[in-house]
Amino acid sequence: MSDAAVVDVSGLRIELGRTGNDIVAEIDLEVVAGEVLGLVGESGSGKTTIGMALLGHVRGGGRQTAGDVVIDGRNLGGLSENELRRLRGGVVSYIPQDPGTSLNPALRIGIQLTETLDAHARDRSAEQKAERVREALEEVALPSDDLFLRRYPHQLSGGQQQRVAIAMAFANRPKVIVCDEPTTGLDVTTQSRVLETIRDLCRSHQVAALYVTHDLAVVAELADRVAVMYAGRIIESGPRERIFAAPRHPYTRRLLRAVPDIAGKRTVVGIPGRAALPGNRPEGCAFHPRCPLATDESRTVAPPVVELGGGHSVRCHNHEASFRQPPPEGAGQLGERAIGDDVVLTVDNLDAHYGASHALFAIDLEVRRQECLALVGESGSGKTTLARSVAGLHQFYTGEVRLGGDVLEPSARSRSREARKQIQYVFQNPYASLNPRRTIGQSIARQLQLFFPGDRADSGRRVAECLERVALSASAASRFPDQLSGGERQRVAIARALAAEPSLLVCDEVTSALDVSVQAAIIELLGELRKEMGLSLLFITHDLALIRTIADRVMVMTQGKIVEHGTVTSIFTAPSAEYTRKLLANTPSIEVALGHAAAPAG
Amino acid sequence: MSDQTADRALDRVLTEPLPPPGAAASRKRFAVLADAARLARTRIGLAIVAVLVLIALGGPLIAPHSPTEFIAIPNSPPSGDALFGADALGRDVWSRFLHGGSSVLWLAVASTILGMVVGTVVGLIAAYSRNWLDDLLMRTNDVLLAFPQIIFVLLAVSALGPKLWLIVLTVGLTHAPRVARVMRGAALEVVERDFIKSAEVVGEKRWRIVFGELLPNVTSPLLVETGLRMTYSIGLVAGISFLGFGLQPPTADWGLMINENRLSITVQAWAVMLPVIAIGLLTVGTNLITDGISRALIGLDRKGGE
Repeated sequence: MSDAAVVDVSGLRIELGRTGNDIVAEIDLEVVAGEVLGLVGESGSGKTTIGMALLGHVRGGGRQTAGDVVIDGRNLGGLSENELRRLRGGVVSYIPQDPGTSLNPALRIGIQLTETLDAHARDRSAEQKAERVREALEEVALPSDDLFLRRYPHQLSGGQQQRVAIAMAFANRPKVIVCDEPTTGLDVTTQSRVLETIRDLCRSHQVAALYVTHDLAVVAELADRVAVMYAGRIIESGPRERIFAAPRHPYTRRLLRAVPDIAGKRTVVGIPGRAALPGNRPEGCAFHPRCPLATDESRTVAPPVVELGGGHSVRCHNHEASFRQPPPEGAGQLGERAIGDDVVLTVDNLDAHYGASHALFAIDLEVRRQECLALVGESGSGKTTLARSVAGLHQFYTGEVRLGGDVLEPSARSRSREARKQIQYVFQNPYASLNPRRTIGQSIARQLQLFFPGDRADSGRRVAECLERVALSASAASRFPDQLSGGERQRVAIARALAAEPSLLVCDEVTSALDVSVQAAIIELLGELRKEMGLSLLFITHDLALIRTIADRVMVMTQGKIVEHGTVTSIFTAPSAEYTRKLLANTPSIEVALGHAAAPAG
Repeated sequence: MSDQTADRALDRVLTEPLPPPGAAASRKRFAVLADAARLARTRIGLAIVAVLVLIALGGPLIAPHSPTEFIAIPNSPPSGDALFGADALGRDVWSRFLHGGSSVLWLAVASTILGMVVGTVVGLIAAYSRNWLDDLLMRTNDVLLAFPQIIFVLLAVSALGPKLWLIVLTVGLTHAPRVARVMRGAALEVVERDFIKSAEVVGEKRWRIVFGELLPNVTSPLLVETGLRMTYSIGLVAGISFLGFGLQPPTADWGLMINENRLSITVQAWAVMLPVIAIGLLTVGTNLITDGISRALIGLDRKGGE
């Protein structure tokens, strides 16, 4: 235990209510001043619970049953509620995930910042406080004039809101800062600036930071040390270079293979199986059902922490074997594909309006048989409007959408059944795209009934076939959507779309609501299905790194226009548009952060 | 926000292990009702309503006298023959009470059903269309909402005569705009979700989207609203009878009984008190059930670990 550690957590265990099921357990971690510890995990791994514990807060229903959290020499367990309140925002502060909801929409920015100061430094004069507010805003590179102070949160962009939240967090010169996925909702360009701000502030003010996230690439760029969580345990931790270059735990190794990287030419590989959620965690090593190296020992005995030297530790019985094993290979989405000559979809001079605003300007594109065209753009670029126009969900456009040679009507309802069958749409959020009151089987059966009305016999068997195609068992048919995980739901949504036997699948950010390991699995699946069924894909995403493994051609969109168009290789190696170069430079990359690859051209 | 939803998701995962697939459907459909039935208020409400329904439906079978038979001196106090005495015309109060419940009950039920059906259809169509049709339906609704329900009903009944079908029709139809407004509000949030768009993109018919996709997702507010409208219906129907526009004498009816005997309330209170208590309890009972359901819906009384 080093003296310099500002954050010292030992043996922390948080249980859920009286069930005795742990949310997190056996958590040991230290953060020294000026250091950023990246706490990485997928949903349900307990990472946010730990972040909250540093603030002396346990989420509703939870109970801390063992261990100590010591912040700046003070054990939070021994503090009263009043003392904790003084600690929070003063010694420990918090940067939330979504500034849009954490800032009070009814108060001006200046007032909110002053309030933060008031809570902890009552003795300061009004001038001193005003001075401090300005300083805090300047630190995060926001304007500090009166006009800005008088703004309301809704008058700021997402990035600006997050900067205000950061300014609030740093305003009282805290010693510890907890960041809970603060860049999740932001575009890459904004994200990279926000990350830079956080890093600079932590360094210059010697703040110990715990950065909670699911995004390994962000951690690679930002953190000094990394702790990886699975099923409520820290399963591997160590210096950033060690974790990314020589990971030991099978989970870490597979997780890294699931992260798409703009600098790497490798394919992404998903992790099979289901994340272990609290209350439902397997005996022994919680990862064993998904682990190729699992032995009888890992099935029964919880693995102890093994120190590997250099601050690197791992919680695995078989870390030696895991270290020697070559990383898993993907199903090979990369490489040559037989792309047909015939054009499936043509968009010709498309102009679309969204309410009063002009969303798309003279868009032309073509998708050929078995081709995957990726459409990349940040939020507000018009990419979803374009996808919806193609699918017939957005009808306020001029220009033409042609399927094969036939011009399509703007609205799906007025298109022919054949046209609707040929173009299928997969939505971004599988939590919203399936009717919660229908079983999976009913949803898919309805699709079959709509497009193959003459063929009613054997509906059960055909539903099972559709599920099998996306690697789900037939028993999923009797389940309701809320009984499935996010990844499983997205598979169902894909299965439903494919039940129509379309020639073009429009995928609208289909992985953005999912964990990385699940995202990789979905990308793999789409790659395989494309080969098997001769599908064409129109793949819409904000994530440049993702398309490297799936797309043939790429179109980069911004502000309703296509600014760059080319093959995947040409976009990554020789981007021509300024905007593409900016996107590439701002996309976090593990390879680039570690110096294994040069930053992409630009 | 996402934190809360994550919390809730976590809670669910922790408290309920994945049910066997076979039980899934029933769990889903009746979970709210089962939750509600665990609450004391719902149980009390159910008990009250059950007793009163039993009286209203089974009462005529056990009534000692005919409701129209003169058995004693008017306003005579309770005796061995007449348990609660005689009314202003000398008929047995207890027998009239036992006979007089069914009319209130079925008028209330019928008008509630009518109001719920019409209101739900209008509300869902308005929510789904979100265009000129929505405006037209909802502005018409606003105009109708400006009239107090009872005035509307009395107007119709005094113009066309005291017909029972007319009472059902007018009470039901005056419920409709109120129901429509609530159902539209509930459906607006559902309409925005992607599964509705996903049904549009494959070309589902509009009516199928409204009744197949939308309706099953607003059953919870539908349940609560039904209970609430039932409560109002009972009051309205009884009120109309009391005012003399419902069932006509000499039929036994709770509302009518109050009217007939109100002048002699100081002499023979039972003839007024019995129906008043019954109507009051029926209202309280349905209200308790409704309250229980709505509490179960928002998870207010769930035993938490906190």
